[in-house]
Order: sequence, then C-alpha cells, then structure tokens
Amino acid sequence: MEQASNYGWSLPVAASTFAKDIDFGINIIHVAMFAIFILWGIYFTYMLVKYRHKEGVPARYKHGGVLWSFVPDIVVLVFELTLIFLYAIPSWSRIKMSVPPAGKSLVLEVVAEQFAWSIHYPGPDGKFGRKDPKLVNASNVLGLDPHDPAAKDDIVTVNELHIPVGKPTVFNLTSKDVIHSFFVPEFRIKQDAMPGMRVPVWFEPTMAGKFEIGCAQLCGFGHALMRGDVFVHSPEEFEAWLSEQKPALPQTS
Amino acid sequence: MAHKKHDAHGSQDFISKYVFSVDHKVIGLQYLITSLLFLLFGFILLMILRWQLAYPGQPIPLIGRLLSDNLAPGGVLSPTFYNALGAMHGTIMIFLGVVPLGVGAFGNYILPLQIGAPDMAFPRLNMMSYWVYLPGGMLMLLSFFLPGGAAQSGWTSYPPLSVINPGQTVWLLAMLLIITSSLLGSINFLVTALNMRAPGMSLWRMPVFVWAQLVTAVLLLLAFPPLQAAAILQFMDRVAGTSFYLPANLVVFGETVRAAGGGLPLLWQHLFWFLAHPEVYVLILPAMGIVAEIIAANTRKPIFGYKEIVGAMIFLGGMSFVVWAHHMFVSGMSPKLSNFFLITTMIISVPSVALLTCLIFSLRGGSIRFTTPMLFALAFLPLFGIGGLTGLPLGLSTTDIYLHDTYYVIGHFHYVVVTGSIIALMGGVYHWFPKWFGRRMDDFWGKVHFWGSVICMNGVFFPMFIQGLSGVQRRLYDPTAQLHNLPTQPLNIVSSVFAWLLFVAQIPFIWNFFYSMFKGKKTEENPWKATTLEWACPSPPPHGNFEKTPHVYRGPYEYSVPGHKNDWTPQHVEA
Ligand code: HEM
Ligand SMILES: [Cu+2]
Ligand SMILES: [Cu+2]
Repeated sequence: MEQASNYGWSLPVAASTFAKDIDFGINIIHVAMFAIFILWGIYFTYMLVKYRHKEGVPARYKHGGVLWSFVPDIVVLVFELTLIFLYAIPSWSRIKMSVPPAGKSLVLEVVAEQFAWSIHYPGPDGKFGRKDPKLVNASNVLGLDPHDPAAKDDIVTVNELHIPVGKPTVFNLTSKDVIHSFFVPEFRIKQDAMPGMRVPVWFEPTMAGKFEIGCAQLCGFGHALMRGDVFVHSPEEFEAWLSEQKPALPQTS
Repeated sequence: MAHKKHDAHGSQDFISKYVFSVDHKVIGLQYLITSLLFLLFGFILLMILRWQLAYPGQPIPLIGRLLSDNLAPGGVLSPTFYNALGAMHGTIMIFLGVVPLGVGAFGNYILPLQIGAPDMAFPRLNMMSYWVYLPGGMLMLLSFFLPGGAAQSGWTSYPPLSVINPGQTVWLLAMLLIITSSLLGSINFLVTALNMRAPGMSLWRMPVFVWAQLVTAVLLLLAFPPLQAAAILQFMDRVAGTSFYLPANLVVFGETVRAAGGGLPLLWQHLFWFLAHPEVYVLILPAMGIVAEIIAANTRKPIFGYKEIVGAMIFLGGMSFVVWAHHMFVSGMSPKLSNFFLITTMIISVPSVALLTCLIFSLRGGSIRFTTPMLFALAFLPLFGIGGLTGLPLGLSTTDIYLHDTYYVIGHFHYVVVTGSIIALMGGVYHWFPKWFGRRMDDFWGKVHFWGSVICMNGVFFPMFIQGLSGVQRRLYDPTAQLHNLPTQPLNIVSSVFAWLLFVAQIPFIWNFFYSMFKGKKTEENPWKATTLEWACPSPPPHGNFEKTPHVYRGPYEYSVPGHKNDWTPQHVEA
C-alpha cells in the first residue's frame, strides 16, 4: 500500500479502532462551529447594515429584552454538556482508561531519545530483560543487562515498529532524555514520552501498511527529523518477521 | 537660566519628566512605545522563521548573509537558531509585547483617567515597574548575542530540555525581572481602582475597561508568583545542580546527566500552566475592555448588558485558574484527572459567549459610525469568535489527543491573540491617540492599515487549521522531513507570503503614528463625543490630570438619552 496516499489536506486515513471515535468528534464540532459562525455572521452583517449611522435617525436608548441574550449562552451550554457527557467522557474512557488485557494484545516497550525511537520486544520467552541506564552505549541502546537471562533473547529495533493488524498493541512509553511525543497521525494516537515515567499506551491497527511516527513535542535541534515507521503486517507476516530478528545482545554462551 | 520648577509632583527636568517619570501618563507612553517596538521585533523574528517554513533549506534572501555562520551557515537557518527564533518570538510577543501593551500602556494611561484619579496610587512603584520591565526585556534580547545563543526550548520551557539547552539561564533571569514588573504593576492597579475613584464613581459606574483591568490585575497577582517560584527552581536546576525537574537516570546523547535526584518534569508543566492559562485572559481581557469602550462610543447607545459583561469577566477570571491542565491531556498526567479539566474548560467558554453576545447585541438599535477604531473593534468580534470556537476541539480531551501540538493549536492561539488582542489594541491606539497627543491619526491611512492587516492576518493563520487537521506538528524546523506534512506544504508558502504582506501593511501604521504625533490634525478634548471621564480633561492631560476632581453622576455609557440635547451625556456633567 502506498503510504503517501494516507495524507492530504484534511484528516489522514483512519487506521486504528479509535481513530473513528476521534474523527467523529472532530467532524461534529467543526460542523457545529461552522453553523454557529455562519448564523452569527448573518446576524452581525444584518446589524451593521440595518443600524449604520443615518442622518436624523437617533440610536435607541433602551435595550430590548435582556433575557434573550441568555439564549445563546444556554444553547452553547447545552451543546457542550451534550458533547461532554455523550461523547468526550465515554470516548476518553474507551481510549485512555481501558488498556486491553495482556493475553489479547502484543506487549512492547518504546523508549524515545534525541532523536530516535527504540522498540523493545520481549523475544521468544515473552519476558522483558532488565534495563539499566548505566549500561547504555552505542551497541546497547537500551542498556539491556547481559546478566539477566530474560534479556538474552530480547529484540530491539530502532525507528521501526512492526505489529500485526487487528490485535491491540500495548506499550509502555518512556524517554531517556527529554520529553518527546509519540504521534502516528493515521492512528490518531499521541502521547508524550516522559523521562522518569512509564506511560501505558495502546491502539489497535485496523489496516495493514506503512505509517509514519512523528515526534510532536519539541525535543531539540533534531525534532523535525525524529521520525520512524510503523509496519502493520498480517499476523502471519508478523510472525515471520519476528522469527527473523536477531537478539539485541551479543550471544555469549 | 534654567532653574528647576518644583511643584507638588516633584521636580520636572527632562530626566524626571520623560525618563524616570512618576506620571502614569508618561509611564503609559513609555510602555506604549516600548511594547510596540518589542511587538515589531518579535514579528520580524517570525518573518525570518517563515522563510525556512516556506522554502526549507534555501538561503534566506538579504538577511541570510548578515547572519553569522553559526546561526545561518551559508544563509540557511540552522535548526538551533530556528528553535531560538520560535522560543523568543513566543516569549517576546506575550511577555514583552501584548501584556505590557494591554496592561502597562493602556491600563496605565487610561485607568486613572477613567476613574477620575490624579495618578496611580503608588507613582514610584509604577515607575519601578517600567524600569524593571525594560531591563528584563533588554536582557532577553541580549541573550541572542551570548555564546550559547538565545533560549531554544519554546516559550513553555519544558524541562528536561530547558535544563540542558543553552540560552535558558538568561531567559530565566529576564523572566524573573518581567514577572516582578507585572507584580508591581498589578498591585498598583488594584489599589488605584479600588481606592482612588472620584466621588460618585461607584463600582457599577466604572467603565468596562476599568473592570477588565481590575480582573486582569487580580489574575496577574495570583498567577505570577507560582511561575516566579517555578522559574527560580528551574534556575537552580541549571546552575546549582539541583534536580527539581530532572528525573533520575537521564541519559543525554549517551552521557549520564549529573543530577540524578529524581525530580519530576510534570511539576514544571503544572506550575507553568497554572500561570500561563490565566495569562491568556490577561492577553484578552484588556482587549475586550477596549472593544466595549469603542463600541459604546461608536454606536451612540448604552452598551448592552453592562452588568452581564462585568459578571462574565469576573467569572472568566476565576475559572481561568481551574482549567490549566487542558494543556496536559497527553502529557502523561493521570487520565483520570482529565474529565475535571475537560468540564471546567467547557464551562469557561460560556462567559466568553456571553461577552461576545453582549457586544454584538450592543449594535442593535445603534447609530453605527464606521470610524477607524470602530472597524478594528468590529473585526474583533467575528475573528475572536473563530479563535474561541476552535478552542472547543482542543478543550475536548478526546479530540485534543490528535490536535495537541499541531498547527491547529498555533492557528487557534493566534486567532485569539492576533486577530483578537492585537486587533483590539490597535483599535485602542486609534481611539485614544487624540487623548495622548492632542492630535488625530490620519483616517485614510488608518483604514489602509485596517484592511491590510485584517486580510493578511487571516491569510497567515487560517491555513494553519488545515495544516493542523492534516497532522502537521508545530515547531518543525523542516516541514518537509516527514511524509505526512508534505501535502499541505504549499500552505506554508501561502502563510509566509501573507506574513510578509502583513509587515508591509504595518508601514502605514508606523508612519501614521509618528507623523500624527507631531503633525496630525489638532483635536479638542472629546473628539469622539464620548461619555467616560478620560474625555473630561484636556488632551493631552496635564500632570495631575483634572483641573478639579470630577464628580460622577451616572453610569459610563449614557448615550442618546431621551430628552437630552446631545446624544452623549458625560459621567461628570450634572443633569
Ligand atoms: C502577527 C504576526 C505573527 C505571526 C506571523 C506569528 C506566527 C507564528 C508561527 C508560524 C509560530 C510557530 C513557530 C513554530 O512552529 O516553530 C508561532 C508561534 C508562537 N507565537 Fe506567533 N505569530 C504572530 C504573532 C504572535 C503574537 C502577537 C503572539 C502572542 C501574543 C504570538 C505568540 C506565539 C507563541 C506563544 C508561539 C509558540 C512559540 C513556541 O512554540 O514556543 N505570536 N507564531
Ligand atoms: Cu522527539
Ligand atoms: Cu521532538
């Protein structure tokens, strides 16, 4: 699938389960905004024409019903309360408050740094090895501990996230240095990567193909260049890809 | 020969009259000129930056060769200089431009006049607030010339980036001065408005502008101290090895960072936005006050819903303290907190709607004069409306996930502060210019300036909404480095061209301003036939303002009162 066709002059292709949730909100608010603005604009123009200064026509001293002026406030309030309780709070809890259980999802770790994304897969044993910042060096970007048996088979990729389609991906997001922000426009996902914190994030891709990871938080001079790719595979392709990967740590025994 | 003349207000030689003046009017004009210059400077920074956004990687024409090699090698903006321009633009525009203009200049000059006071309550404090602001601003500019360059971490200065990036120490010192200046000013405004009102000027007879300044002063007074404290902590993180904002185990470019204390970057964000959200209302409330004054004088009728407007301002001010974390929906803050901030944020839009409603209803039944200031005030209404409306999808937590930190935010924010605040402040300049200098600005050039500005501002900022919806992140040195930003790249060119035209549109204003100051048509005391007290004293008012303290008999906007000879009945005229 051609990646460039994902993008245009409006919202990109919607490629995750909650993208539709978010798009629904964006669309409905924009339609409402547009309607409010047009109605308001018509009234405004009418006022300007009708009440422009005319010789011999004095201004009115008394105002018409003050109570009427509360109508727009109340309309807006009702509209907003509806949005809050019927849309925003429910969709927020679907997207941010309910992380899919471990059994049904692919579990990863994502670590940001100036200016790259490292993805940590647990490897065949399904266990993440211990990471120690003191061990970080050019050949061990995440600082995996070679003495931890769980670390021996772990896989690390840089700027490439491979995942299967139709399965939730859950990951803990963190950063080694400054704040970055994990942003995949097609998935409508965005989450700051905070040093010193591990923020759980999830999404479920609904389309196979190649997508773009951008960084949405100013992270230094290379901020614009900090990008990666998400490859969403069919489940079989994903298994095949996974089995081809070499462990990140040099194998000693 | 020149012997000093002493009067009740102290000596009046050149230095004490124009430099270290204690007269609120001179201080107001000092603020006016200084903040307009800062605005211009902050705008010029952006015009350089916009070249890189429109034509990434190509040498900047003309200016490129003037910049040194570490800023722009071969005339091409470097990424660090790009970040410095962005951060300094934001800081300068907000803290050195719009706030000092709205509060320092307009507030200082107009507020005492409108309440019939001879000066501010603490004239020396007032002088000091300007003389702390100016060095703060100069220090901020000076940082461009330091070895590390100016601050590069955005006007929000999020740590850890701000703690490890160059330029930030001076930024923090300058901010400490600027904040101090605002604090001194706000105390003065509060005491003046509450204690120095002329007899008969009850609270409910104060013009909307005075109310706006009063609420603004409360916001400044309560919101700035936390930022002051936060800035001191960040300063210590940089120079004293503390780690209030640095978590343990930072590894920057392969090096472990010394401070491993286990601080919290989120702490800064909470402290920062606790100030910076009310700050948005500090930018907009004086503007709304000005719009109300201009609309009342140019519709020739009482403003609609005076008490509703004032109530909405107070409510807005109060609520602005409980919405700050809507800037932090995706920051890693517990998602459980979001609903609270979502709800408060939505509620705060109701008083804004009330304000706009009252202002537009004020047009009804009026006799509208399309003077230059009125054009600016009228343009404010729909354009600020766009700014307000586009805040909705950013306030709703779910839709903000996608729009946060994209150009949509830049568009929304600039509609509020440029086509909102700045448009209104410009209108205020045309409105009160006759009071300041006893002369009028040229109407023709005023209208050229108006139409040029309004058209270009929309050309600059509207495309940003489309860019934001298509996913373009903000603060991108090279907008072509990522695939998803490519389709809307032509819009960057549109936006930039309009930004340069916007500059051209300011030239008539700059010329008109200085020309009219000396050569403009002379005016009488009250050229707009307005009712508030500032028009009851000579133009420009002498030291001490009113020959005799005015007595106030009625509310501020008694226009077209049935049975009266004139269509305006000033506050100080008995029956
Ligand atoms: C009138 C002309 C103006 C233009 C053309 C303009 C344009 C821009 C642009 C393009 C950016 C984004 C820079 C980037 O993404 O790297 C920006 C950022 C910003 N602008 Fe403006 N702006 C103008 C006026 C103002 C005013 C009047 C204010 C404030 C009162 C303001 C406050 C800001 C702030 C706070 C930022 C964010 C800076 C940051 O990311 O740290 N701007 N402006
Ligand atoms: Cu980054
Ligand atoms: Cu970044």
